Amino acid sequence: MIEARGLSKRYGDKVAVDDLTFTVRPGRVTGFLGPNGAGKTTTMRMILGLDRPTAGSVTVNGKPFAAVYSAMREVGALLDAKAVHGGRSAYNHLLCLAETNAIPRRRVDEVIGIVGLEEVARKRSKGFSLGMSQRLGIAAALLGDPDVLMFDEPVNGLDPEGIRWIRLLMWSLAAEGRTVFVSSHLMSEMENTADHLIVIGRGKLIADCPIAEFTADGTSLATNVKTPDDQRLAAVVTAAGGRLERGEGDELTVRGLSAEEVGQLALTNGILLHYLAPARVSLEEAFMELTADSVEYQAKTGAQK
Amino acid sequence: MTTAAINTRIRAVPAAAKRPGLPGALRSELTKILSVRSTYWTLLAFVAASIAWAVLDCAGIASHGHGPDFNAAEASLTGQVALGELIIVVLGALVITSEYSTGMIRTSLAVMPRRGVLYAAKAMVFAAVTFALSLITSFTSFFIGQAILSSKHYNTTLTQPGVLRAVLLSAAIVTVFGLFAYGAGAIIRNTAGAISAILGFIFLIPLLAQALPNAWFADLQRWLPGGGALEPIARSTPPIDGHLFSAWGEFAVFSGYAAVLLAVGAWLFIRRDA
Repeated sequence: MIEARGLSKRYGDKVAVDDLTFTVRPGRVTGFLGPNGAGKTTTMRMILGLDRPTAGSVTVNGKPFAAVYSAMREVGALLDAKAVHGGRSAYNHLLCLAETNAIPRRRVDEVIGIVGLEEVARKRSKGFSLGMSQRLGIAAALLGDPDVLMFDEPVNGLDPEGIRWIRLLMWSLAAEGRTVFVSSHLMSEMENTADHLIVIGRGKLIADCPIAEFTADGTSLATNVKTPDDQRLAAVVTAAGGRLERGEGDELTVRGLSAEEVGQLALTNGILLHYLAPARVSLEEAFMELTADSVEYQAKTGAQK
Repeated sequence: MTTAAINTRIRAVPAAAKRPGLPGALRSELTKILSVRSTYWTLLAFVAASIAWAVLDCAGIASHGHGPDFNAAEASLTGQVALGELIIVVLGALVITSEYSTGMIRTSLAVMPRRGVLYAAKAMVFAAVTFALSLITSFTSFFIGQAILSSKHYNTTLTQPGVLRAVLLSAAIVTVFGLFAYGAGAIIRNTAGAISAILGFIFLIPLLAQALPNAWFADLQRWLPGGGALEPIARSTPPIDGHLFSAWGEFAVFSGYAAVLLAVGAWLFIRRDA
């Protein structure tokens, strides 16, 4: 469990994280979503005690990270895959981490096996591809068999097979009752991975809800239809406050109206429909809408000053 | 059930018997320092340069004779004190600055959030490795140097007054200079910057001080962080320059500088964002 209360970080004039309050709960994968520069990494750094909050606090399992009993057994983190000494072999890198928390040597071999780095474990990590470095970082995070796992953009540099692997890993970690907190700026990635989302933009909390709610909550209702009479449908849809767009092939998308509303309109006006289905609003669209709002809001407050 | 999953999860790692602290951090830092090539290259350069200087210096004296301020112990130990120390400074800085240049510091602190413990463990492991090796170098330089000087019967032995002290302090001063650089590295967090600062401190300040009126310089020199003030440390007899402190006195002066830098470094290491 990670709990942030009024967490803020300011670098000079720049506000990186602005009064964030959220709870990351065990037993599920929580996505931490936001555009680049939104403050995701800074938040994670504060969770690990690398950066000191300007205001507010954050705890891991009820304690500030610096006060936890055995850091590696409580939190495993992959912040930056390249944050290793390239001159050290993967094995020695993991060994020197394990030794700090009295984690037995056999666990080093074990995590090397879990991430599939057996063949290069004795090689210096300088020559590793980004994908291999990510696996090494994940191995380091798993060393202490921790209750809380944090991954900052873990799929960067992974091939499709690697992405699938890490997604399964995160699910299985969450299924074991662990807290899994994973950041990404890729909405599509979160859509397939997370159970719960915490969305931030410009350091501020935008949304904190289950992933299903996030897409349903979006204002952009959309419905896909097919009709031989698109001229008349466009007219009635516009009159009802919607908007008709051309989709792929002969498919049309009605924005701003639900499938029920479009069906009712078509029936009332005697328009033949060949196809009618609610369009799934992608997380990406919902996200864009939410962050666009936050940007607008900030611009307005700026102008009022 | 999630709760059931928590309870039935097989723990892959035994629980910590006690809170991770200095013993684990020391083991980890020893693994770190011994698992990168730069350590071996720097230490090899240190040993080679120190012994080579001793050989050349003693061979020169054996063939051309010696001046009035000759001291047999000093002749065999100057290499380590005047040159070897400059190489150890590089390792002392690297031990901590490489954590910043590679980004490893974030990983190190994420597994050992007790920063004071990490900082102390790093310094202790570096000091232990350096002192062990410079002790070997010290004795090796001494015995080789005396063997060369013995051809003219200029040589001395460890049982003569002050000789063993000179051999031991020559090893210790190298370690002190390394710690000096470690402190600077923690403050500056950049390898080139830390090394430049230290070399500036050791070379530049004594050099600039020479521009002072002679009487002032004579009084000041014993307090300077380098230059002529190093001389008494490798000598078995009192310094020629009567303004300088004795070997132990000068050693204390250098240790004082190192202690200040280490303390400032520790304070910043604990306080600053990593």
